[in-house]
Amino acid sequence: MTQSGEESAAAAGKGTLELLSFKVGGQDYSVDIMSVREIRSGARATPLPHSPAYMRGVINLRGTVLPVIDLSHRLGMATEQDSKRNVIIVVAVENRTFGLMVDAVSDILAIPLEEMQPPPEMRADRGRTFISALTIVDERMIRVLDLDAVMPSAKKDAA
Amino acid sequence: MAEIRASFFMECEELLEALQDGLEAMESGNGDPEVVNVVFRAVHSIKGGAGAFGLDELVTFAHRFETAMDAVRSGDLIPAPDVIKLFFSCGDALADLVRESREGLPHDPARTAGLVPQLEAVVSTSEETEEEEIDFQPAALSLDLDLELNPDLEIDPAQDDATAETAISIQLTPEPGLYSSGNEPLYLFRALRDLGKLRTICDDSDLPPLEDLDPEASHLCWHLTLATTETEESVREIFDFVEGLCALTINRAPAATPPENHPDQPGTAPTDLTLPQQHPPASPQPTSEPAVEKTGGENARPNLAAPAATAAKKATPVAPRATVRVDLERIDRLVNLVGEIVINQAMLSQSVEEAGLPPNSPIRTGLDEFQQLTRDIQESVMMIRAQPVKSLFQRMARIVREASAALGKDVRLHTDGENTEVDKTVIERLADPLTHMIRNAVDHGLEDAEARIAAGKPAQGNITLSAAHRSGRVLIEITDDGGGINREKVLSIAVQKGLVEPDLQLSDSDIDNLLFLPGFSTASEVSNLSGRGVGMDVVRSAIQALGGRITISSTPGTGTRFSISLPLTLAVLDGMIVRVADETLVIPLNTIQETLAPGADDIRPFGPETHVVRIRNTFIPLLDLGAELGYRQPLRDYSGSVILLIEQDDTTRAAVVVDTIEDQRQVVIKGLQNSYGNVPGIAAATILGDGQIALILDPVDLINTASGCSRHNQLQDSRTGKAS
Repeated sequence: MTQSGEESAAAAGKGTLELLSFKVGGQDYSVDIMSVREIRSGARATPLPHSPAYMRGVINLRGTVLPVIDLSHRLGMATEQDSKRNVIIVVAVENRTFGLMVDAVSDILAIPLEEMQPPPEMRADRGRTFISALTIVDERMIRVLDLDAVMPSAKKDAA
Repeated sequence: MAEIRASFFMECEELLEALQDGLEAMESGNGDPEVVNVVFRAVHSIKGGAGAFGLDELVTFAHRFETAMDAVRSGDLIPAPDVIKLFFSCGDALADLVRESREGLPHDPARTAGLVPQLEAVVSTSEETEEEEIDFQPAALSLDLDLELNPDLEIDPAQDDATAETAISIQLTPEPGLYSSGNEPLYLFRALRDLGKLRTICDDSDLPPLEDLDPEASHLCWHLTLATTETEESVREIFDFVEGLCALTINRAPAATPPENHPDQPGTAPTDLTLPQQHPPASPQPTSEPAVEKTGGENARPNLAAPAATAAKKATPVAPRATVRVDLERIDRLVNLVGEIVINQAMLSQSVEEAGLPPNSPIRTGLDEFQQLTRDIQESVMMIRAQPVKSLFQRMARIVREASAALGKDVRLHTDGENTEVDKTVIERLADPLTHMIRNAVDHGLEDAEARIAAGKPAQGNITLSAAHRSGRVLIEITDDGGGINREKVLSIAVQKGLVEPDLQLSDSDIDNLLFLPGFSTASEVSNLSGRGVGMDVVRSAIQALGGRITISSTPGTGTRFSISLPLTLAVLDGMIVRVADETLVIPLNTIQETLAPGADDIRPFGPETHVVRIRNTFIPLLDLGAELGYRQPLRDYSGSVILLIEQDDTTRAAVVVDTIEDQRQVVIKGLQNSYGNVPGIAAATILGDGQIALILDPVDLINTASGCSRHNQLQDSRTGKAS
């Protein structure tokens, strides 16, 4: 359970978590809707030199520079999608705003908190799952993304 | 109240600045009474405001200081160098008290305890101090009045005939209708004051005794003398709105100089003061305000005996500059918005161009004007953020005083180019590195007095702090006339610390630059060293974070110079737009020395993976920008490419290969640090006319981190690009 998830649920006071679900590499993922700023269609990103391969680059979001993460690459999935069909979910976590490039946005889900399950620990995937919780909707497994982990750490040292 | 308080402390900043200026002028031998007055007034105004807020310790100390300044002003105390030194210390203490009061910190009694007896001592040698004044009652917030009304309702009689201006004499007798229609003679006088030197005499001879006073009637008339270069018509214009509401005569006449009732003469002020209260319609009489101020403290007015010329010249620091205080955040927002407009305008221009409209169509012409306007707006907005470096330099003056006192060295700071304007953020972020460097200069740069004399130099050490605009950047230099860098010692320390190989051949400038290495030295070891280097790596990274560069030059026996070169603003940049491997990049124009198209012979293989370029008779390392940034493998053939010769700081030099040069234009800088973090070789990003983001290169960082790999004989990861 993400911290922001708890906060938004507490704010709603209903004990439910609202999630924006989307598809990446054919799998169902979701993020806490409170951290989503907007959804926009994919644009050509300017690549950043010396950046990790999952960094798509930066795009112009109404005058601000928005770093975009290729989520399927970040999650360790093959990424052969046509970038034109991709969608960018703009999320904000702790004053940092960045874009997640996904295949398609699916739905908005309201999940009671008690239906959220902690992810099982799997040694082979350790440190690479980026999943903070799991839930089942219509027999589909929805993974809740841990945004803090997905984001590249802010590099302050390199000058 | 909190707002008034905040504005008082902001006033204090300005007053303290004026105080510093004045003391510096006095120190450099300027015996002008007006200078003394400026200092006196600054202290006095701080005292006045502090009293209103019940800041007793500030009031008490300011009062002692003021008493001493008053003695100087009256000529009883000669400002000898040691007295001025004491005043400087008092100024520093006053600044500390102000700061502590603002932040609600407790005062350190020891600070003023040492100074007060000294102040008393210098004053008592000249005259008796008036102790009872400490219980001074703050009658009004005299600060605002002071700033607003101080200048030139007064005019010195000597000035009338000394100037080439014509004297216009005006007689104004308001009728009751003037007041009932909401007019106010004071505003007329202020308007007149703007035209020249005005002198007002209020004739209250018609004023009946209080019991017979008709509050609706008009009882006063004014005799005005205006020395001005303006025409009589423009003087008449001022009275347009009161035409028919008063008896007005305007004559071009030799200035009559009856001295009675001068509003600024202390002796007559109290009679004026009583007038407005008895006479409601004419409530704030112009003559009343100076008097109000006098209740705030004795002798607040500038010395009327000041020679005319200096009064005019020195009027500037006290004159009310029409200023507005604005929250920096609001300006930043405006700067950002203007940045958006510039981008938006560029995008608009581009789409108009793509629409294929003829060049002289109205839309295009309109767009050109729009472009001009946006550029003007941008420049004006940038100007708002720019500030003279003076406040920074004054802080440094204090650092020099304190550091030299602590070390027992006699040091004089010279400043040059204080009015050079730099972006406020740059000034703020420059304070720490500069402080560091100034301390270093006093501590390590300058020798002690004996060593100086032995070297045939004056015992007093000199540090010069200068600022200047140099080709689109700001150059700040800190120069000392000390012994220079002891290169042997620096080298031996660097070797000892394992920072350089013992048998490495290093040039003098290489050795000087060792000081900037992280871990070169720790404070304890360096303070015993005649070289310097306390945290110079920190200084350098702070300067680099501002987009600046720092260089050292040192001559043994004659001194050391640190040069800091900074961008004028952190928001826009003149750049060259280039393309490399289908990516668009911006290279700061000021780093490019020249561009050239290499001939086949000019590029020669150097090492197994590197090339050099022959430019005239020197060989310069070749950097393939596309390969360095990981956009592509090094090219096999560079013959169709364009070479940009990048040179900075003497040591950093490279021939950077790009595919084409597209354009040269001003771009708005968008930081990457907040959203992503630092990228090696990249300074920032910008948004181009087509809405795409282009990265702005940091050529010096690129060159320093470059692999230099420009030959296609090694397998490389196409993304990470470099093999370092």
